[in-house]
Amino acid sequence: MAFTSVEFICFLAVTVLLYYLIPKRTQWPLLLLASYIFYFLAGGWYLPFIATTTVSSYFAAVIMLRSSEKEKNYIESNRDNMSKDERKTYKAVQKKKRFRILVAALILNFGILGVLKYTGFTLSNINSLIGFFGGQDKISVPSLILPLGISFYTFQTMGYLIDVYRNTTTAEKNIFRLALFVSFFPQLVQGPISRHSELASQLYEKHTASWSVIAPGALRVCWGYFKKLVIADTLMVAIKAIVESPAEHEGMYVVYLIIMYSAEIYADFTGGIDITIGVAQMLGIRVTENFNRPFCSKSTKEYWRRWHITMGSWFSDYVFYPVSICKPMQKLSKFSRAKLGAAVGKRIPVYLATILTWFLTGLWHGAGWNFIVWGLLNCLIILVSQELQPLYDRFNNKHKALADSRGWEVFCQVRTFLLMGIIRILDCYRDVPLTFKMFGTVFYSFSSWRDLFNGSLSDLGVSLSQYAVVIVAIIIVWAVSRKTEEGALFGEKLCSRPLLFSFCAAGLIAATLIFGSYGIGYDASQFIYSQF
Amino acid sequence: MDKLIEILKEIHPDVDFETENALVDDGILDSLDIVTLITEINDRFDVSIPAEEIIPENFNSAAALYDLITRLDED
Repeated sequence: MAFTSVEFICFLAVTVLLYYLIPKRTQWPLLLLASYIFYFLAGGWYLPFIATTTVSSYFAAVIMLRSSEKEKNYIESNRDNMSKDERKTYKAVQKKKRFRILVAALILNFGILGVLKYTGFTLSNINSLIGFFGGQDKISVPSLILPLGISFYTFQTMGYLIDVYRNTTTAEKNIFRLALFVSFFPQLVQGPISRHSELASQLYEKHTASWSVIAPGALRVCWGYFKKLVIADTLMVAIKAIVESPAEHEGMYVVYLIIMYSAEIYADFTGGIDITIGVAQMLGIRVTENFNRPFCSKSTKEYWRRWHITMGSWFSDYVFYPVSICKPMQKLSKFSRAKLGAAVGKRIPVYLATILTWFLTGLWHGAGWNFIVWGLLNCLIILVSQELQPLYDRFNNKHKALADSRGWEVFCQVRTFLLMGIIRILDCYRDVPLTFKMFGTVFYSFSSWRDLFNGSLSDLGVSLSQYAVVIVAIIIVWAVSRKTEEGALFGEKLCSRPLLFSFCAAGLIAATLIFGSYGIGYDASQFIYSQF
Repeated sequence: MDKLIEILKEIHPDVDFETENALVDDGILDSLDIVTLITEINDRFDVSIPAEEIIPENFNSAAALYDLITRLDED
């Protein structure tokens, strides 16, 4: 059941209606039931996987909780008889026990994700190696199912387990409550990756229906549909045409792809997140924002603080920092500082952790070399920018008026947009050599630029009138984001002005119905990030 | 506290750590500095700062960082 289907809208209407009609203490069990129905309708075979993650995480968290409580009680009752060192040793032993439980749960759950998502990719690469060395016997590559949103719910749940281990959230003692945290249906398609400490308590609270709760949520859902159906799904047709026949679409078409795919993925992903946040809001639940005007970023580092925020912070909190400050890294840092000097030595752990983080970020997006290369290119840009920072600072100090000007700011924003757009086309072609080849045509296939003015762009499956609609829609989205933080338009302020609210809602619905790309010939069922 | 200021000065000699209280929020300390800082603190104070303590509030000022070290040492 896709977000953009009539079935989902009916499902949502029934869920919201029942949610506010039934006794409040049964609201969260209803949400759990709705989430499992939603997931079952997405694919019945997906249920055992999400259930395994829930059950294993429940037991791991409860065991860690009991160990922490036991440790606390023991220390409290023996405080006077223990020296500081004895206390530290006791705590370290208990922590090690909890660490083993955590590692076992992480291996099991990341193992499930790894097997389902990466077996085909791994075996294909082994087969390529066998072929390269002249071998004939190739391993057959099985076709495994990939449960909807498995990357999102696995990361969210493993984040919860790490937080329980770190004592930064409370372990859930009721398995059904945990099941709701893992499977909360608005988040199942494409996240965001919420933190237990921020989301869980809201799921189990009692919520009362009111205009100020339901209306902003419903408007945000309409905004999401507008972005997805009017911009993303219209552009998708042209993008598909370019990618499916690269030989006929060189030079100018690649530049078109860089710009339009950026617009498509932005509208698709933020539109999907708007629907998620809006649906949750209608249920009285605030889900973490995942975007903050990413295309206003002046650097790659800033871009990654604004785009897919919850994934970035997940990798930062659970991969980058733990890896860069772990004991072997600290030893390596000390060793390299002694041998190579302070400047180089201090960089080694950070650079290794950055490379690992971006390799995993690429891999998280999909089982393919294009995703890995994309991740590592992001890493390269970030590390090079970091090294060039003193140079930028010198330039900025020397040309202060220029550096402070609006023009320079726009230049930096356009530069970041293009840089991110260029490496993003790895996701379109899904073939690393082809992507580089096609990007190369920008610099020598000049004849293609004639097509910009002879109407060839409309041969891509999008008519000139549709382009006009998309451009107007992009201007509206841009203007809204200029005026507000992402999503803030849909806050209570607009709801306190019923006439304006009704006008915006009716306008969005009408525009989506009239100009949206759906029905025969369109694939509105898929969100790009739901495949990750 | 002097020992901590000394470590911080080695990383950024030009910053007045006695008064600055937005080291992370203002971008004075980046991830490279924080990792270096943690390694040095581990070395000279014999206190290991766990990853969950890497939050802006703990690194925004020398005083906050010193409080963190004291708390972890007492634990």
